Amino acid sequence: MVSVQRSTIIDAPINAVWDILRDFNGHDRWHPAVRRSALDGGKRTDQVSAIRNFELVEGQRLREQLLSMSDEEYSFRYAIVDSEIPLLNYVAEVSLKPVTDGNRTFWSWKSQFDTPKGQEAELAELVAEGVYTAGFEAVRGRLGDPKSSSRSFMTSAYETSKSSAPELPGKAIQIDRYGGPEELHIVNIIAKAPCPKEVRLRQTAIGVNYIDVYCRSGYFDLLKPPAVPGMEGVGVVEAIGAEVRHLSVGQRVGYACPPVGAYASVRTMPAELVIPIPENIDDRTAAAGLLKGMTAEFLLHRVHQVKKGDFVLVYAPAGGVGRILCQWANHLGAVVIGATSNEEKARIARSSGVHHVILPGARSLEGQVMEITRGHGADVIYDAVGKDSFDHSVAALATCGHLVSFGQASGDIGMRDISSLASKSATISRPNFGHYTDTPEKLAAITTRLFDAILRHIISIEVDQQYPLSQAAEAHRALEARETTGSTVLIPDDIQKGI
Amino acid sequence: MARVYISTVISAPADRVWSVIRDFNALPDWTPFVADSRIEEGLPSDKIGCVRAFRLTDGGFIRERLLALSDYDYSFSYAILESPMGVDNYVSTLKLIPITDGDKTFAEWSAEFECAPGREDELVEHIGRNVFLGGLMSLKSKMGG
Repeated sequence: MVSVQRSTIIDAPINAVWDILRDFNGHDRWHPAVRRSALDGGKRTDQVSAIRNFELVEGQRLREQLLSMSDEEYSFRYAIVDSEIPLLNYVAEVSLKPVTDGNRTFWSWKSQFDTPKGQEAELAELVAEGVYTAGFEAVRGRLGDPKSSSRSFMTSAYETSKSSAPELPGKAIQIDRYGGPEELHIVNIIAKAPCPKEVRLRQTAIGVNYIDVYCRSGYFDLLKPPAVPGMEGVGVVEAIGAEVRHLSVGQRVGYACPPVGAYASVRTMPAELVIPIPENIDDRTAAAGLLKGMTAEFLLHRVHQVKKGDFVLVYAPAGGVGRILCQWANHLGAVVIGATSNEEKARIARSSGVHHVILPGARSLEGQVMEITRGHGADVIYDAVGKDSFDHSVAALATCGHLVSFGQASGDIGMRDISSLASKSATISRPNFGHYTDTPEKLAAITTRLFDAILRHIISIEVDQQYPLSQAAEAHRALEARETTGSTVLIPDDIQKGI
Repeated sequence: MARVYISTVISAPADRVWSVIRDFNALPDWTPFVADSRIEEGLPSDKIGCVRAFRLTDGGFIRERLLALSDYDYSFSYAILESPMGVDNYVSTLKLIPITDGDKTFAEWSAEFECAPGREDELVEHIGRNVFLGGLMSLKSKMGG
């Protein structure tokens, strides 16, 4: 009989730790060794006798049964009933105790089991380090305990994963030349082991943005074929480089930025671009909302600081970024005016917090803005239409107004004479996403406010279209045909099957 | 029934901490509030059922009986026989658990007791803060943090 015991102190209140642990079927969400967990039918996650089926990251399967659980004692026991790893008569106990001096948590994880002769030490080590200690570290990381980054066994976990899987195979969508949606085709790829400052992700959801269309068609040169498009993804950290301090294996993370390469089931990338995703925001929402939400955040808070009472004009208020801009500007106390093209979109705009809708008609856009604002004009205008709207926007500005031009859906703005701006002391901004998100500090500040806005329901991210990753071409076709509403996400095919 | 529970982390291995607190007659060595202590009837201090009689630095006199002692579990339990606090059926346990991560010790000290109606909060506060936390802090500093 082998006995294994590991214990640690987590710098978080006992209820926060227990919330994570007590979900017997949720250990795949935090434990780096567990890829997937599913309960046998008909039982609940906290039902004594429930059996969870684990598929481990390294491929083995095992079944474990819940023997007891106590919310009062903060503990549960479980047994392995069936396993491809030779752990026999295995019974384990997880228990927490409050450290009243400092509001921290003592966590003990112990077990007894038999093994085939000669494998005692090897399996005890696997259970103690690969399961218990790695689990401590993952939960510590999830709870934002700063101690997590400096642990020596993180390095050993990294080395283990490196030695066991230097190359992680997966699928990606690639283009070999610029062109239409038909250029998007599926290929087998290898995600290499992370360098010291890199992280390797198993992706679970990928955001589709209009900029991906520009990259595919060659309008933007952010992508040089042959290459994998995409700038936004969410997944689980599979391996980390030795110098990475802000992430841990098993953590849910996301990113929204160049370089391209998001249309893939696995990805190795610079760790500084990757941020943790809060527990209450699901993968699809994060994948759909990071890039658009971060854009809205810096447009409303950094490029211009929208205040209570400001007249704010937003073009395309029913679109992805437009909807978030309107919801958030409304929350900030602005009078929100939305310029859109038809009644259906006007309805969506109103439901997103737009106070006044402007539709094409007998009167010019600037005429309608001046009427709504009683001659004041718009204090700030968010214009991603470009060529067709630019002159109307300048005419609709208030004195000392601010035109924020952040896109060109109708084409390049071209050459303009700025002397006319003097008649209003107008300011024009031409912000670039990259400049507002290019350091970890800027990223952290933007995403903190964004996640807070999502969790407080100030803004909502609508995922209206979901495609398997292998059907990215169809997603692009629908986006370009303007058949979509809200956001579109791609789900790697192996994950899609699991949903 | 009132309950008190206090716990802390001591930066020393459980074996070392246990060697200090295991002696039921050693309160003067590691707590700040016990002036002197003796075991009645000349019994060994690890004999179950022995009684320690000790005087507090503020002059109070207390007698406590050892109910259980486990070297395997690093824990002992005792009952108050006589004290100035006004508690009945008072049973307390002091227990150590090793923290393998860093070779430290988790220490918890708890008690259950009965008392006059209305005095519960005051006694829980007094025992928790002045006796248990005060004792554990003193033990911590004796063990070097």
